[in-house]
Amino acid sequence: MNSPHKEKQSSLILGNKTLKQITEDISVLTEKIPGVRYLLTLAGAKTLFIFYLIVMGTIVVVGMGLMAVNHPVGWGVDIINLVFWIGIGHAGTLISAILFLFRQKWRTSIARTAEAMTVFAVMTAALFPLLHTGRPWLAYWLLPYPNQRGSLWVNFRSPLLWDVFAISTYATVSIVFWYVGMVPDLATLRDRATNKVRKFIYGILSLGWRGTARHWSHYEMTYMILAAISTPLVLSVHSVISFDFAVASLPGWHTTIFPPYFVAGAIFSGFGMVVTLMCLVRVFVPQFKDYITINHMEAMNKIIMVTGMLVGYAYLSELFIAWYSGSPYEQFAFKNRITGPYAWSYWIMMSCNVIIPQLFWFKKFRRSIPVMFVVSILVNVGMWFERYVIVVTSLHRDFLPANWGSFNMTFYDFGALIGSFGMFLTLFLLYMRTLPAISIAEVKPTAVHKE
Amino acid sequence: MRERMKNILHILSRDSAPPKEVIVAFFEDESSFLKAAREAKGIKDLDAITPYPVHGLEQILNIKRSWIPWVTFIFGLIGLSAGLALTYYTSVVSWPLIIGGKPFFSLPAFIPVMFECTVLFSALASVAALFYACDLPRVNPPILDKDLTSHKFALYCPAEQNSETEVRQIFEQLGVEKVLTGSF
Repeated sequence: MNSPHKEKQSSLILGNKTLKQITEDISVLTEKIPGVRYLLTLAGAKTLFIFYLIVMGTIVVVGMGLMAVNHPVGWGVDIINLVFWIGIGHAGTLISAILFLFRQKWRTSIARTAEAMTVFAVMTAALFPLLHTGRPWLAYWLLPYPNQRGSLWVNFRSPLLWDVFAISTYATVSIVFWYVGMVPDLATLRDRATNKVRKFIYGILSLGWRGTARHWSHYEMTYMILAAISTPLVLSVHSVISFDFAVASLPGWHTTIFPPYFVAGAIFSGFGMVVTLMCLVRVFVPQFKDYITINHMEAMNKIIMVTGMLVGYAYLSELFIAWYSGSPYEQFAFKNRITGPYAWSYWIMMSCNVIIPQLFWFKKFRRSIPVMFVVSILVNVGMWFERYVIVVTSLHRDFLPANWGSFNMTFYDFGALIGSFGMFLTLFLLYMRTLPAISIAEVKPTAVHKE
Repeated sequence: MRERMKNILHILSRDSAPPKEVIVAFFEDESSFLKAAREAKGIKDLDAITPYPVHGLEQILNIKRSWIPWVTFIFGLIGLSAGLALTYYTSVVSWPLIIGGKPFFSLPAFIPVMFECTVLFSALASVAALFYACDLPRVNPPILDKDLTSHKFALYCPAEQNSETEVRQIFEQLGVEKVLTGSF
């Protein structure tokens, strides 16, 4: 009983590392001068980011008319991107909070980076609803503050306002959780710092952490509390996002399955993004291969497969309910999705989200980096199209044929979508080189068990 | 300018507690550290410094269960009430409007906002409590050894409450090679 358990633990980190080596392996990334490969990647990401700023700036200055939103498709790429990026964020919280509560030790190697991904994805996402308002300089109107118009308050019965609360709380708590988890590691970097500037910066960031047994006792308790708080929070965020749709009475949106369906989809796409990023990290940072092992990747691929099937189940049950409800509007909406003018997006969604992840039934594919890299990207393509299907196909054919229309993405829609990856990747690449990318203090106990 | 910055940092930080003289024993690995912690009897206010949370240390050093969950709970309740108060005041008291034919006090629609406020308050209050409990933030924290956040472990006790020769004796009996004094 005891020995296989031990063996399993030791397989979490390869190469019989000593504590010193672990510190070294992880900190060195922030200490040595980045190579040409990194700088070129960063330059590429930044160029895309600058392109994004120009696109966003133009939309703000000229107006929303540049994007494809129009009657009847009043929600376009901004909303699709919002749901897409928020969804990606969910895997980070799942790994750092939910897997922590389930005592999944393998999470330690990937939790930090997954959580960084959450923070950056939420930052990327949060810009889209503001852009979508058309007048982002009035974004503060979304907040309930006393004003000179009466006071005219925000409408607390609207899911759109719940979003304001859910996303801002999610962003705040994710950042706090991420940062609290990082404080001991920042203290490690501070103590390793050899020059004054590094010592000063990491000294401030580490807040004067000293790591006495009493401190650790409070720290572990707080970390567990934050994990326990983040768990319902993360489930609530995508539920609230799904309410934006489900509370409306439009066929294709008005379903009670939306909250769990959105949460499963969010975790699915988020894990897709984690796998994509981890494949890249393994290539760019070879010493991390001992920490982010094939076993870790396989575990994530299993989650991708499970959540992919959950999403597939949701698709099928939507179809079943449309038939079973007997509502002609509901039936038409789904028939239109499958065979209508946007059927291509429906079938991209179906094949990328439901069929392709089935490859992971085979151990060989679950453990192959090239296969999982391609699959994880396709998962995110599919998940973007899922939101496209939900937003566009439901809106373009509503109850009245006189209202029917179409939706054709413009240059600015594509720019906002592609450019947002520039923002995300720029933040992510900067993070990789400035902050400890693997949780040093969390990885160490899993390595010690071998001794 | 520099002096002024220093003053501001001092007010913001919790450096009011000056470092105390301590007697420290250093260890290179977890097992010998844990063994010594278990067997070092008769030292007052024994505490440890470790690079990561060592399991079982709390029982050995008689550290009480953290009080932070109480803060979380109380601030969770405060957040819940704050969410309810905000939605109730704005929708029922300040300017009641009929929206979607719902009652002014439409509690089910207010639950998401109340929930998010609960989460936000309890999370931030827990972290604030952590800062308080761990003397954070602290400018120029006393550091006994740079490797204590990397791969070394230490047991320390305040020099005031203990006699140095006794403590040294206890540690030497346990086979500790390096016993030093420092301010922490």
